[in-house]
Amino acid sequence: MSENGAVLETVSVTKAFGGLTAVDDVNFEIPERSIVSIIGPNGAGKTTFFNMLTGLYRPTMGRIFFEGRDITYVRPDRILARGMARTFQNIRLFATMSALENVLVGQHARLRAGLFRSILRTPGVHREEREAREKGRELLEYVGLRPDAVDQMSANLSYGDQRRVEIARALASDPNVLLLDEPTAGMNPEESKRLTDFMRKLRDDRGLTILLIEHDMKVVMDVSERITVLDHGEKIAEGPPEEVRKNPQVIEAYLGKQAS
Amino acid sequence: MSLSLFSRHRDLVLALILLGGAAVVPFFFEEGAPFMDDAVTALAYVVMALGLNIVVGFAGLLDLGYVAFFAIGAYTMGWLGSGFADKINDGQGVHIGVSGFLDALPGIHLNFLLIAVAAVITTAIAGALIGLPTLRLRGDYIAIVTLAFGEIIRVFALNGTEIDFFGYTLTNGAQGITPVDKIQLPFTEQFTSLNLRPWFWTALGMVALVLFVNFRLRDSRLGRAWIAVREDEIAAASMGVPLVRTKLLAYATGAAFGGISGAFLGSYLNTVNADQFQFSFSIFVLAMIILGGLGNIWGVVLGAVVLSFANNYLIPDVLNPIPGDIGLDFDLTELSFGIFGFLLVIMMVLRPEGLLPERRRKLEMAGVGAGATAGVGETEIEPDVFETRA
Repeated sequence: MSENGAVLETVSVTKAFGGLTAVDDVNFEIPERSIVSIIGPNGAGKTTFFNMLTGLYRPTMGRIFFEGRDITYVRPDRILARGMARTFQNIRLFATMSALENVLVGQHARLRAGLFRSILRTPGVHREEREAREKGRELLEYVGLRPDAVDQMSANLSYGDQRRVEIARALASDPNVLLLDEPTAGMNPEESKRLTDFMRKLRDDRGLTILLIEHDMKVVMDVSERITVLDHGEKIAEGPPEEVRKNPQVIEAYLGKQAS
Repeated sequence: MSLSLFSRHRDLVLALILLGGAAVVPFFFEEGAPFMDDAVTALAYVVMALGLNIVVGFAGLLDLGYVAFFAIGAYTMGWLGSGFADKINDGQGVHIGVSGFLDALPGIHLNFLLIAVAAVITTAIAGALIGLPTLRLRGDYIAIVTLAFGEIIRVFALNGTEIDFFGYTLTNGAQGITPVDKIQLPFTEQFTSLNLRPWFWTALGMVALVLFVNFRLRDSRLGRAWIAVREDEIAAASMGVPLVRTKLLAYATGAAFGGISGAFLGSYLNTVNADQFQFSFSIFVLAMIILGGLGNIWGVVLGAVVLSFANNYLIPDVLNPIPGDIGLDFDLTELSFGIFGFLLVIMMVLRPEGLLPERRRKLEMAGVGAGATAGVGETEIEPDVFETRA
């Protein structure tokens, strides 16, 4: 934890693709056990920002700290192992693996079996596998997947179930911080509401910190304790929902400048 | 009982029946029958195909240079089991675990068990080294790099006469290393070329071992990681799968099987020379696993047996006389690869997923592959090259 109690903190993070600055000098922090949203118009750099946090992109400048440690150039799999997991905007399940197998891959960093012990299937490996499967089933039940869908290939699952499996897969690594990239995309209002409740439950049950990219303003205003607004890669506003809602710069970014 | 548990038992039962059935086959043939020769070769190819299946079928890394591991395994055999290093130990030779007339010959003569272990270690290391430069690449580009490596090894072997290696040439070039010791295992006499039964059972034992390893790995943490990497590298890395380690383990494991089979064939064929390690052999092994069903262990076994017998029996013994019978004068065996190519084209049209398709592959062929769960709207992530960071 850094001095100010932030579990995740970025300092002047910048990402340039050639001449285009996708994320520009963003300072940002999330307090522990909070739910924070990042919003902004299309192309504002939200997903790029996520990809830097999770190690897929290296920032051009700036540093990222997770639980007080610098993770700026750390590999994605190590970042996950340290306790930050994510979902993707377009669902990226392993399509030909079952729901359960997907969640087992999510546990990869928490399992120990190596090449030789797997070949010999030592009693330790045997137990580990059994426990991993048990945990996988529990997680899938926790996110609300029907029991008969557990062994189904994930490509055959409904869109909503795929979203559930992806969240279960991220939870499988026992993260402290969960990053959700547009989790309600393609959901109807009722499903969105259920997901919103679920996020609160995650925070309260498991002590998770949740960072969210979201377009659905109803969800954002409902669930977020704090909102950060990006526009053209820059942070233009930050604060509690009611404040951000009234911020003239935010209104301008979303609606365009009023002709005067 | 879960489905996967059932399928594991089914595989075990099937393996016991098939291996047990195969074990009695030699009793129906004479010790030196031509069929036995074809069968021994087929079993050695099954081992190779199962090795390549780990790299291509499981991990999805299209390796076109698999012949390199045949070569390295065979040269390991040549070095550690022949009179090639004739000056060693003042011409007295080095002998470990061998008996009979081998014991008096100059050169290095080790028990095959030791040579097999050495071949596994050498090829596993070579596999990882050859894998290294491909780590940043995907798909077709991996194929090109591995293809080049396969060729490099062959040219290396061919020009090995120029390379000084402890006072000997590394490979003895096109002449190669010959004769090579016949296999001697612990508690057995040395094998002979007159009785092929011990060769058959040894090869069958290697198949059993490699099958066991394949099944165990497929249903393990590592096996799941391989499939995850094959389906979506970015998601796999984000879910905690270390890409470098996972891919290199696939290369090394697959190579090790090629190495053990290569050592066996080096001894069985009684020669190790550069001409054996043609690019076409890599394609031959790849054709086996594609024909059988990429990723499906039983399919791969079937594909290897079918193509091996087609190459060693069907084409030279059954089909080859036909052109002569109808008054044409050409050698059909020269067209072997044309025939295999034709077979593959037919397969791609009629049954692109292979004879015994893997259930996953079947879905991929139906257009479900990687990214099929994707929604719309997001541009594809082109990650910074995180793969090569230690």
